[in-house]
This record gives sequence, structure tokens and C-alpha cells, in this order.
Amino acid sequence: MAGHAHHEESFISKYIFSHDHKMISKQFLVTAVFMGIIAVMLSVFFRLQLGWPGESFAILETFLGKWAPGGVLDRNAYLALVTIHGTIMVFFVLTGGLSGTFSNLLIPLQIGARDMASGFMNMLSYWFFAVSSVIMIFSLFVEGGAASGGWTVYPPLSALPQAMPGSGMGMTLWLISMTLFVVSSLLGGLNYIVTVINLRTKGMSMTRLPLTIWAFLITAVLGVLSFPVLVSAVVLLLMDRSMGTAFYLSDIFIGGEALDVTGGSPILYQHLFWFLGHPEVYIVLLPALGISSEVIATNSRKPIFGYKAMIGSILGIGFLSFIVWGHHMFVTGMNPFLGSVFVFTTLLIAIPSAVKAFNYITTLWQGNLRFTPAMLFSIGLVSTFVTGGLTGIILADSALDVNVHDTYFVVAHFHIVMGMSAIFGMLAGIYHWYPKMFGRMMNTKLGYAHFWVTLIAGYGVFFPMHFVGIAGAPRRYYEYSNFDFLDSVMDLQPIISTFAIIGAIGQLFFLFNFFYSIFYGQKAVQNPWKSNTLEWTTPVQHVHGNWDGPLPEVHRWAYDYSNPAHEDDFVPQTTPALAGEEIH
Amino acid sequence: MKLITLLVVIAGVIALAQLAKVGQLTSLIRNKREEDISAADTRLNGGLFVAFMVAFYASFIWLIIRYGDYNPPAASAHGETYDTLMNFNMYIIMAVFFLVNTVLFLFANKYRQEAGRKAKFFAHDNRLELIWTVIPSIVLAVIIIYGLRTWNEMTGEASEDALRVELYSKQFDWTARYPGADGEFGLANYNLITPTNPLGIVTADGVSGALEEIEGQIAALESELAHERGTLLAQIEEVEAELHASHDHGHGHSHDDHGHDDHADHGDHGHDDHGMSAERKAMLEARLHELEHMLEGPDVVVLSTAAAEAKADKIHRLKRHRQRIMEVKPFDYEGGVAAWEAGADDKIMKGEFHLPVGREVEFVFRSRDVIHSAYMPHFRAQMNTVPGVPTRFKMTPTITTDSMRTVLDDPDFDYVLLCNKVCGAAHFNMQMKVVVESEESYNAWLESQEEFLADKEVATESDARAEAINIENNESATL
Repeated sequence: MAGHAHHEESFISKYIFSHDHKMISKQFLVTAVFMGIIAVMLSVFFRLQLGWPGESFAILETFLGKWAPGGVLDRNAYLALVTIHGTIMVFFVLTGGLSGTFSNLLIPLQIGARDMASGFMNMLSYWFFAVSSVIMIFSLFVEGGAASGGWTVYPPLSALPQAMPGSGMGMTLWLISMTLFVVSSLLGGLNYIVTVINLRTKGMSMTRLPLTIWAFLITAVLGVLSFPVLVSAVVLLLMDRSMGTAFYLSDIFIGGEALDVTGGSPILYQHLFWFLGHPEVYIVLLPALGISSEVIATNSRKPIFGYKAMIGSILGIGFLSFIVWGHHMFVTGMNPFLGSVFVFTTLLIAIPSAVKAFNYITTLWQGNLRFTPAMLFSIGLVSTFVTGGLTGIILADSALDVNVHDTYFVVAHFHIVMGMSAIFGMLAGIYHWYPKMFGRMMNTKLGYAHFWVTLIAGYGVFFPMHFVGIAGAPRRYYEYSNFDFLDSVMDLQPIISTFAIIGAIGQLFFLFNFFYSIFYGQKAVQNPWKSNTLEWTTPVQHVHGNWDGPLPEVHRWAYDYSNPAHEDDFVPQTTPALAGEEIH
Repeated sequence: MKLITLLVVIAGVIALAQLAKVGQLTSLIRNKREEDISAADTRLNGGLFVAFMVAFYASFIWLIIRYGDYNPPAASAHGETYDTLMNFNMYIIMAVFFLVNTVLFLFANKYRQEAGRKAKFFAHDNRLELIWTVIPSIVLAVIIIYGLRTWNEMTGEASEDALRVELYSKQFDWTARYPGADGEFGLANYNLITPTNPLGIVTADGVSGALEEIEGQIAALESELAHERGTLLAQIEEVEAELHASHDHGHGHSHDDHGHDDHADHGDHGHDDHGMSAERKAMLEARLHELEHMLEGPDVVVLSTAAAEAKADKIHRLKRHRQRIMEVKPFDYEGGVAAWEAGADDKIMKGEFHLPVGREVEFVFRSRDVIHSAYMPHFRAQMNTVPGVPTRFKMTPTITTDSMRTVLDDPDFDYVLLCNKVCGAAHFNMQMKVVVESEESYNAWLESQEEFLADKEVATESDARAEAINIENNESATL
């Protein structure tokens, strides 16, 4: 422990209320993995109903009890499952889990800092996240069930307890949980921004930052600017629910009673919600893209192609994401001219996205691709990012959105982008930085099995949904037997559900590998992937303050792979310039 | 069964653990590390990428062949434009999809790791990057311009002589309203909704009907509260106490003394400071009698404090509701009573509504309770219905129900209006039949429908159907 003060820590300060970013990162990851398991199970439960409507499944009664009397899912419970599945996946797995894990782990390690700017805020960020997770899960068990109006919880449905059972206690808990979640996000986000701006080590200029850090930084900026708007939306909704205000309510007659509400607008909520909601899509996606940039460059043994264009794309996507929210609202009766503006801004996002996709592919070109599980997931990410992104063009076109809005086409689109692309990015990150987090390696063969099952099952689930949607099948329907015109596509439902079950079971390869390797995995070496970035210059066994000696000094960018001036196919950022070498 | 599942899971975990251990031991023996990818694994994964691509494309093509055609064809004028635009966009994105995925998976296989090879150091190329910034920009410009032209066409003003139909949503059914002979929709106000006036149409009858309904509800609740056992007992006690007090205070009269007493009256009625008037006393005793009678009557109810409070609260809300109804005054509307009464001849339909073929129709949407979405996939039409905020959508149906039945060779085919915004438990069955027919049959049908204020004695067939769906849906809602 040369020159670095070290003191013994108690179990509580080391593992529970830790201020160390590496431990907090692991806390986020393990919490997110548990939340992910729950969300996947919920999706399998409602896929059983959708694949084989009305059939009895003993497993449903085992797990859901009175929600599935006789093994058949209740229709209110169906809506609750759909809602909580979406909420957990979007917020708890892909926002808290993804940013929380990797921003925390990588920001200090890759910029050469001893820890986050504020370790205490960082700890609070995790504990707000943990409490909000517990409340969200707890809401599944209250009377009336969990929130059931879809993950966007539009009022008046979510504002009126008499509108559906899920708009009672479950909805209140949903709103409280989300408020705490936003606090967690803001504490984390501010910390990430401050750390990246202030704590970079000597020589680490902004144009030498790995793309992961750029992605985390812009993600944090998006979160800090947009999450407070969600809090406003949520607080106003809470007031409409319990204090008799009418921000979102007007002219409502329900339960045999004309409510004393006038002058509010349900559409106001949608504007506020989507002002967060759309940046949220990129809060989910950008870290995944950042992770893939790093993983693809390292495992192609090539510099990421178009480093500056990649930064430009991240900035462009980040900026545009704030002025496109209206594309979720083309059929709300919004002024058609305003709709046109949102069509324009939304389709602009396709340009930086296309640049990113082409740059990934060019990075592969003439590379020397090493198929680690992380690399496979990153290649999968590029495929799903393109496939899912392209259907966004249809949905962004207001005229076309009219007939596919809220159908399975939308479900297909955002699951391929978020459910596959972003999750693939997260999994790639886990496989890639596992040795850094736990000091051990994950099993490669199990990683292969996991990837191939997930890729095939993922496309198997979400690709056919495009066809179901174009035929006109609305989302969030409990069953489709009441509409003859949908009969022709309904034989896809059991196929989709079968793939969903296979995909869910396939995750056991990962779960087993993840937990087994923490204790019994092969011991990691310091730089297993022969990577350039700073985190691999830290000791395998974590130390408080990250580096035993003084902080490393950076002399070059992060992507000097296969540089012809050097013998090795990688040149760590700490390597000084050779005589006469021109350096990035 | 559960036991077997559990055993299988445990066996699976043990098997995986053993496999992992064996794998690790062999790695140890061969001194193989997890991060070193063997040539065999590299070949396998590269090959799998290509194999996956082929299988993926094959299933895509199978899906297109089996499910790909827009079935049934668009049944509205803008629907045909819509399909053309959709096809145009689909061709572009499918071309990009195949191109990019093919290059990606082939590169993945082609440039897989080989011992001794060093990757090409290729960090950037401004020309290449310019190409794939500019080409997507041009393609997107075309997509945007074409899309917005169609959008403007779809969302433009409806023509003057367009037929106007109101579609009204509530949990969990639809109601259609036609303006009647005067061509004007009657005004509507949600405060006037009653079982006989489901849309809250504003007419003199509507106002008085709603008032009657609310006053009836208030009276019923007040009577129920008045007959609450606990309240009755408390009142009896109070009256008895007062009577007692007057006796104690005065001259020691017994209970059944009906004589004059002028002591200790704290009531409001005629009295002096030192006693209870005979009048007052008689009143109290009559009241006592009445209360005792009520207590023994058949209407007496037992309510918890919370329930009684809830009912009192409801009375308060109903009184406010009554106030709002009383504020609905003819002079608040342009055109006065005439505008008020425009609703008298409106026609209200449940279960199904009809449209004439080839004539533009402008839908006006309203909602009673939560947001719903009026979705008619065959017409490529959709618009949310928002409480408090009326919305619109126009279209021209081009194919009659009968012709579509012939085209599809399906004698049972019907167009349908369905709800496409989650609205509660029976969301998945909130629907209404749409019939498109010739102008003549449409006129005949409309003629046969009753006006709103006409006496309704015979429920029509479509009413019965709507009622059946609604009962089913509401039963499910209370699950």
C-alpha cells in the first residue's frame, strides 16, 4: 500500500453503506439482476396468457395465487403484470442498473480518479434506488394489485381509483417509488458529471476520453435535465389523486358520478411525461452504445472508427432527444402542424444513429475479431440497433403512425431497441468488466450458449410482432378472440410465447455463470483483454483509491490498437510517445 | 408435479456446476485461460453468425409470404395513400435492413481472429463518413417530405358538406351520435349524464331530468342516513334528555305527565327563559314518537362511522353537482334556447353505426371517463378520445361492407371500431360494429332510428347487442 493511507473497514461500511464506487457499482448490478429476474418472470406469465389464452397453467397459480384462479391469469392482473414488467425493465434494469453499474464502475477507473467526486452522495444514490426498488416490488402485493395503466400511467386512468383496481394503493406506491427513483438518478447523475469534468487525471483531455465515458457523461446530462420534469408530472398526479386538484382532469363522469373537476388536461401529463420519456430512451441506449464502442474496439484490435464522429453523434442524439417527445402523441389530437415539427426532428435522429451503426461496422472491417462473449453481444447490439432503429422511421412518420400507433408494431420496435440492444450492451459490459468487478473470469462457453439462445429467442419473440402489429392488433389486450380480422395472425402468438419461454430459460446460463464465477471463476489477470484503458492498470484486488501508487498519467487516446508504430497490438494510454511518434 | 419441476431445476444447476468445474479443470490442465479464445471456438462463432443470418432471413421471408400482405385492403380514400406511403417506407427500410445486417454478419465471420494477423490501423476517413452522413440525410429528406404531404392531406380541414358523426367513449363501450334533421349536434355537458341521457345532451328536459335524478339520489341518501340505527338512538337519547331535563328542572313531573311546563328549553321555539312551552314539549314528544317508529320500521340500517361519513360526503358532492346543473343556463350559449334544444332530434346509436360509401365523414370524439382511442384499422384511422378535450378525424369510406365481404370471400366480415388505449379490465373487448353501405340504405337506416327525445319503448336489436357486450365488460371490471 505504498504511500496510500489504508484503514480496516467494518462489514457495514465496506459492503452495505459503502462510499467506494466499485462496491456501489456491484450493489447496483446485483439489485438490477434481481429486478431483471422478476421482470422477465412477469413477462413469461403474461406471455403464457397471450400465447394460449384462457388455458390453465399450474405455474401461474403457484406464483400468482388469487391473481390466476384455476391457473388462468385474471384480466386485471394481466394489466398489472404488463405495467410492472415495463416499469422495472425501463427504469430499474436499464436506467438504474445500466448507468448505476457502469457509470459508477468505469468513470473513476477510466478517467484516473481515486473515487467519485462525492462518495456520500453516491451511497445515497444507491440507497434511494434500493428503497424505490423495494417499494415497487411491494406494490405487487397490496389490495387491488400493482399499478395497471401501462408503464406510462396516463391519467385519468391512473388518477381515478374508481377507474380500475390498479389505480388504488398500487398506483400511489408506484408514484412514490418513482419519486425516490428520480432522486437516486439525480444524485448519481450530478456526481457523474462533476467527476468527469473535474477529476480527470493528468493528460486525460476530453478528446482522449474513452467513448464509454462520453456516453455516460451525456447520459447523466440528459437525466439531470429531464428527470425533474418527471417528478413534476408525478407530484401533480399525486395531488390530483389525493388532494382534489384537477391538473389532468376535466369533465369526467365515472362510477355514476360527475366529478367536480374542470379545466385540467390529460394531455398535459403526456407532454410532461414524454419530455422525460423520450430522453429516457437515450438514457437507456447511450450507455449501451458506449460500452459496445469500447468492447468492439478492444476485441477487433482496431481503433474505433471515426472517434470524433462518434462523439458528435452522441452529442447530436443527446440534443435532439429533447425536442422529439411529441412523436409519442401524434394521435392525441395535438395540432397537426406541431406534429409535423416533431416528425422532422425525430427523423433527424436517424442521421447520427446511422453514422454510429456504419462506424461500428467499419471498425469490424479488416479487424482481428476476438469472439469473447462480450464481443458477441456487442455485434448482436449492432444488428438489433439497426433492425429496431429502422422501424422507428415508420413510427416517426406521423401519417404512418396513425395506423400502427399502440399496436404490436410499436412493441416490436422498442423491444428490439431497448429489450435487445440496450440489454445486449449491458450484458456485454458485464462479461467484459466482470474481471474488473470480481477479480475472476466468467466461463466463456456458458457465455456463448447464453448469447446464441438470447439472440435467437429475442428475434424470435420480437420480430414476428411487426406482422401482428401491421395487421392491426392493439397492445395491452388480454386476448384477441373478439376480433375475427385478427385471426389470421394470431397463430403467431404461441410461437412468440414459445420463444419467450426459451429466452427466459436461456438466461439461466447467465445467472449461473454470474453467481458461480463470483466464487469459483478462474482468477483474473490484470489486463485479460489486452486493453488500453486505465481501469486495467489497477490491481486485480480492489484497493480503496483505485491505484496503490500515484495516479497514472495519460499520454494518448484510448484506441491505439494495432498501431503500426508499436510492436504489440495494443498501446495502453499510459505509454509515453515514442521518439518522433505523432500522437492523438 | 411441483416436486418434479424442482428436482429438474436442481439437477440442471448441479449439471451446469459440474460442467463448469470439468471445463475449468481441463483448462487448468491445458493451461488455458478464459480470455484466450481457441481457434475452434472462433470458427464456430463465425460460422454461427452466417448460419444465423441465413436462418433469420429465411424466417423473415416466410413471415412476409404468410403474413405480409395488408389483409384486408384499405377501405378509405386516405387509406390507399397510406398504404402506398407505408410500402415506400418499407422498401427503403428493408433494403437497409438486409444490407447492413448482411455486411455485419459477413464481416463478423470474415475478420474473425487469426493467429499472427494484425488488424488494419484505420482510425478515420472523412470521405467515408461524409458519404454515410449525406446519403441517409437525402433519403430521410425524401421520407420526411413524402410523409408530411400525406400527413397534411390526412389532417386538413374536412369539407363543408362532410357528414359529421360523434363517437363517444366510456368504460367499456362506444356510442355514436348523428346530428338529426337540423344538421347540428346538440350541446353536451357531462353534468347532465343520466341513465336516460347517456351523452349529457343539453335540453330543458335534460336539465330537469338530471336535477330530478340528483335530487332523488340526495333524498335517498339523506333518508338512509336518517334511518341509521346509531343516529336514531342518539337522537332519541337527546330528545329524551331534553324532556327529562325539563322535568328535573321544573316541578318533578313524571315521564307521562303531559301538563304545562315552562322550564329549561334550549330550543329555538317560543319559550321563556325558565321553562318549556307546551307547544315545544308536544313537538318533542311527537318527534320522539316518530324516531321510535323509524327505529322499529323496515328501513332502519346499520352503518359504520366510515360508511356514514362516506355517504355524508357523497351528499355534499351531489349537492355541488346539483349546483353545477343549475348553472347550465340557456343564455350561456350562443343562440340561446335554440342552440340548447338542437340536441332534441339527435340520434344516438349503440352496438353499431352506419356510414354512406364515398362520402367524407368527420368524426368528433368525446370521452366520458378516461382516455380511449378510436381505432378503425381497416380505414387506417385512429384518434384518441380525451375527457374534456374534443378531438377530430376525417375520412372517406370507399368500400361497402358487402363489397368487402365479397373481396375477402367472408360472409361474416364486419368493419370494427375498437379501443386502442388501455382503459381498464375490459379494454380488450371495447368495440362497435361499423357498417358502410350505399347512400340509399344509409338514409333508410338513419330514417329508421329514433330521435333522442322520442319515447323509447322497444329496444332495437343493436341496443340489445350493445347491452350484452356492456354487461359482460362491466362484470369483468368488477372481478
